[in-house]
Amino acid sequence: MRAVDGVSIDLHPGEVVGLLGHNGAGKSTLIKILSGAYQADSGDILINGQKADIRSPADARRYNIETIYQTLALADNLDAASNLFLGRELVNRFGLVDDDAMEAETRKIMARLNPNFRKLKEPVSALSGGQRQSVAIARAVYFNARILIMDEPTAALGVHETAMVADLIKELKAQGLGIFLISHDTREMMDLCDRVSVMKNGKLVGSERVEDVTEDDILSMIILGKNPRREAA
Amino acid sequence: MIGALILISLAFNIATGGLFLSPRNVFNITIQTVSVAIMATGMVFVIVTRHIDLSVGSILAFASAVAGVLQVRWLTQDLGLELGNPLIAPIAILGALLVGTLIGALNGWLAGYQNIPSFIVTLGGLLVWRNVAWYLTSGQTLGPLDRTLLIFGGAEGTLGPTWSWIVAVVAAAAAVLAIWNGRRNKARHGFPVKPAWAEVVLTVVIVGAILGFIAVLNAYLVPENKLKRIFEARGETMPEGYTAGYGLPISVLILIVVAIVMTVIARKTRFGRYIFATGGNPDAALLSGIDTRWLTVKVFALMGFMAGLSAVVAQARLQNHTNDIGFQDELRVIAAAVIGGTALAGGVGTIYGAILGAFIVQAIQSGMGMVGVDTPLQNIVVGLVLVVAVWIDGIYRKRLGVR
Repeated sequence: MRAVDGVSIDLHPGEVVGLLGHNGAGKSTLIKILSGAYQADSGDILINGQKADIRSPADARRYNIETIYQTLALADNLDAASNLFLGRELVNRFGLVDDDAMEAETRKIMARLNPNFRKLKEPVSALSGGQRQSVAIARAVYFNARILIMDEPTAALGVHETAMVADLIKELKAQGLGIFLISHDTREMMDLCDRVSVMKNGKLVGSERVEDVTEDDILSMIILGKNPRREAA
Repeated sequence: MIGALILISLAFNIATGGLFLSPRNVFNITIQTVSVAIMATGMVFVIVTRHIDLSVGSILAFASAVAGVLQVRWLTQDLGLELGNPLIAPIAILGALLVGTLIGALNGWLAGYQNIPSFIVTLGGLLVWRNVAWYLTSGQTLGPLDRTLLIFGGAEGTLGPTWSWIVAVVAAAAAVLAIWNGRRNKARHGFPVKPAWAEVVLTVVIVGAILGFIAVLNAYLVPENKLKRIFEARGETMPEGYTAGYGLPISVLILIVVAIVMTVIARKTRFGRYIFATGGNPDAALLSGIDTRWLTVKVFALMGFMAGLSAVVAQARLQNHTNDIGFQDELRVIAAAVIGGTALAGGVGTIYGAILGAFIVQAIQSGMGMVGVDTPLQNIVVGLVLVVAVWIDGIYRKRLGVR
């Protein structure tokens, strides 16, 4: 069984590439390979033309690849600062975890991302969906990501919070990050992405610039697994 | 929970006409609790990472057997060290710690890398290690133990009033400093701080508790006959009317050090942070680049180390190694951790809570013994307390709206 089979995708700095497909199409598997959670049986990851050796999430972080998982991957029993710095804690000169410094940094980045964020001392299980999402986003953004992977970043959010995430994506793109965006919402993808890649049954159906396709084209790629533009040509 | 301990103590104190909180009984309960309390601190980490260790009582027995055999056979009979050689105690202690740590690491490897549920691994260990110990000692009681080692047991090794007061003052000063430092750090980052009066009250209560506890231990006087023997051993005669208080037992000092070190590990090190993160969400921990399998090995090895340390304390207190040393300690240790607020679902637990839990279990058991309750009924009550404590804790957490 091949979850992802012979798929090749490019991402340039300052570009947003949308990954589309049904549940089980292989999108999540593909990005988990890039983020180090899974390892590919074959194939290469090239960053700036150099082969990248990614075998664990820690490796991916070393290449400045940050991932916002659909599940958010937060430790519910810890507070926002502990989650933001999880695996990369700030330490004082005795090598002990410096909670106050981390809280101060968390306050700074939260002031930028989500000014309404107040519950710094509480476990993140006590936060709303949008607040939890901001913690997950803050974690990816804080560490100077060059490649950002966002798996369904707006699935659990209200209208206002979704708009905030959209603005953030545009801002990060302007800063020159390359962003992989996974979503089921084709309209949203048409708005945010420069290109879309569609997968079905583990294979790439096609990658197109959003200017060149209609929403119906994308839908038919997702559902039928056929690329109408290529068929017509 | 402190409230529960105070309530239980006061109730038994009334029921026993003041005997329960007498210096002698406080001293005894304290030294009886140490070995379970030490292991309970290790069990907090095990349970927080969503594991369990049922083998701690058996690890304690095996570590104690190794230490015992080192003292009465290998070092003395086989290697020819004379009795009372100053090397015997350190080697025996190192042996117990090493054996405990290695068995713990083995448990952690089986659970972490081989994915055998820790319940099964340690249930097996529960049967294996006590009986390996049996083969090592041929089922014999080992003793008498090295005299130096006995100072770790309790009554045979106390600091005496003067040093106890010094420890108390140092501890009180450290507590004041820690509270003040924490406040200053928060203020420096511009975080909200508690009102000054609240911090002062907290400080007074903590300092008062430390000094009060030491005062009680100092008030427990060494029996006259024992003092006479000490003087005779030195070739002197005891002056008329001479008295001496026991003061802080060395075993309790060890527990205090363990409590501080484990609390620092839990709150202030990456290792501790990863333990709690893994317990809260193992997938998130993994995706954050935490090596959760190696973490499991470390957590179980630390648990084993604590069981080895407890083995030294337990055999020194009992003054020999017996086959049933630490028998059913796994139940007391788990009960202590759970009564102390450690959640079996993982991610939640405190070191001080587990130690308080150990004291609560011991206080209930000793108190009932003093009132004249039969042993079977004592066990029934301790069992019920465990279930009710978790029940109440669950209701309380639900009210507060936390998990």
